[in-house]
Amino acid sequence: MKKEAPEYVDFAVTARKYKTLLTKKYLNRKVWVDPNPFEIQSFIPGTILQISVKEGEVVEEGAPLLILEAMKMQNRIEMPFTAKIKKINVAIGERIPKDTLMIELEAVE
Amino acid sequence: MTLKKNILALRQKKAIVEKGGGDKAIEKQVAMGKMTARERILALLDAGSFHEYDLFVEHEEQNFGMASKELPGDGVITGTGTINGAPICIYAQDFTVMGGSLGLKHARKITKIMDHALKMKVPCIGINDSGGARIQEGIGALAGYGEIFYRNTMASGVIPQISVILGPCAGGAVYSPALTDFVFVVENISKMFITGPNVIETVLGEKISQEDLGGARVHAEITGNAHFYALSEMECLDQIKDLVSLIPHSNQQKAARIEPKKPKNKKNIENIIPSDPKQPYDVREVIFALSDDSKFLEVQELWAPNIVIGFGRLDGETVAFVANQPMYLAGVLDCDASDKAARFIRFCDAFNIPIITLEDMPGYLPGVDQEHAGVIRHGAKMLYAYSEATVPKITVILRKAYGGGYIAMNSRHLGADFMFAWPGAEIAVMGPEGAANIIFRKEIMEAEDEDAMRQQKVQEYIEKFANPYVAASKGYIDAVIEPLETRELLLHALDVSKNKDDHRPAKKHGVPPF
Repeated sequence: MKKEAPEYVDFAVTARKYKTLLTKKYLNRKVWVDPNPFEIQSFIPGTILQISVKEGEVVEEGAPLLILEAMKMQNRIEMPFTAKIKKINVAIGERIPKDTLMIELEAVE
Repeated sequence: MTLKKNILALRQKKAIVEKGGGDKAIEKQVAMGKMTARERILALLDAGSFHEYDLFVEHEEQNFGMASKELPGDGVITGTGTINGAPICIYAQDFTVMGGSLGLKHARKITKIMDHALKMKVPCIGINDSGGARIQEGIGALAGYGEIFYRNTMASGVIPQISVILGPCAGGAVYSPALTDFVFVVENISKMFITGPNVIETVLGEKISQEDLGGARVHAEITGNAHFYALSEMECLDQIKDLVSLIPHSNQQKAARIEPKKPKNKKNIENIIPSDPKQPYDVREVIFALSDDSKFLEVQELWAPNIVIGFGRLDGETVAFVANQPMYLAGVLDCDASDKAARFIRFCDAFNIPIITLEDMPGYLPGVDQEHAGVIRHGAKMLYAYSEATVPKITVILRKAYGGGYIAMNSRHLGADFMFAWPGAEIAVMGPEGAANIIFRKEIMEAEDEDAMRQQKVQEYIEKFANPYVAASKGYIDAVIEPLETRELLLHALDVSKNKDDHRPAKKHGVPPF
């Protein structure tokens, strides 16, 4: 930390920009993305045990979509609202990280 | 004659146990680039000062083939000694004896020396190098950890507790260091985690090395679990000696005073801080210009570098510095910086160390990640710690003191004993640009040339409010001072505060937001 030649960057705190260095942690922070209700993402890393729907199918709110096993728990992922299954991006037996886009939905007319 | 024989027998007995796990295991330890437990103790303590106890303690486990197993010292060395003449209690886990695994007797040796430290009111140093719980002893090992944690908690705020991680320290074992005041780590040698890479990969499918998961650098820079980071074991032991010389032996004492030396005049204190509030500098230069012999022992240097904490001396007496660091993230307060400063302030308050706050901060770090990480909860820790502290509290506002940060950085309103400000200080509810935009919104919007009007209003605000005199006119600042007067004033303020007597309402304990 002492040896690096400082290359200061502009850093805005409210209405004023300061010259400063950024920390690794700040640079690696997760940038907020507005959640898209039509994207079903994994909330935990785990393995897909079962998929109960098919692409193109219209599924009722509350119906089971798939089972994601993580930490020895079988988590049942349910349909958040009635919609059409646009695309399934995971397969049975697949091991996925957190925040993986598992299923994409489409509004029904 | 019999006595002579007995003495020889004792020497032989000792020599065997002192070998720990034996030559082969020692070779392995050395091959890993590590010193042995005994070498570490001897290198840390004053020559000839170490006295060992419980050398002949043996485990009592009968199951899983343990009955026939001899474990010298049960895998841990305990005793007393001195560091620069100051008595301390110490234990070091011996990795050469069954991987330094912790069984009940091993733990009882540790708790015994901890009890001793607490009774004698001397610091306790623990050197951790252990594969974890001795599985063969089952619940006995868990009981051992629990008994250590309980004593860590009882001793907290009474005697300084130091943890040195010189090997693996995983699972439940990590919580003893976490409960102690200072954790020392060494590159490539220290490994700390609750669940290791194997479990994480099996359960979650995430692949990571031990070093990336819980190596020295990770704990010094990312998690904040470590307070001191060294590249070698010898450097680490030197850091411990420095720290022990700066802190008191118990909460009933003050740190030992040494012959004072003037700061080395490396840089004129007037030239360190750029007058443009947007330009950065290294606030440690200010600390060097103020502290005796320009010496400063920084704590948690790599984690949350936007706030600087550590120990120095003024007129030979130990003081603590808490300073915003404009060089990183413009010196803002965020979750980590608040957390870091708050715990440090509580340590200093518990151990009678006056706190000097050097303030130059633009406010809190804006961002969704900060809000969601609980910057309200973490930020509140700092308000709590400053308000609660009864040691002498002195603040010097070097440049910016805006908004909530002005309150948080040991303001008069939280109980500061002395509030000084340099003449260039800007003490205001927010930065001039932001304030002008809000207060003069109408004028700016109605002006023909909005930018020119904004500039004019910002300038007006700077002249009227971005200075120390508004706060001084209300008595929130005691004195506006010249930078060159700072050290003399600090010495004087500390002198005046020597018999400070400040009380808090009687209570079992407060409920800080941690």
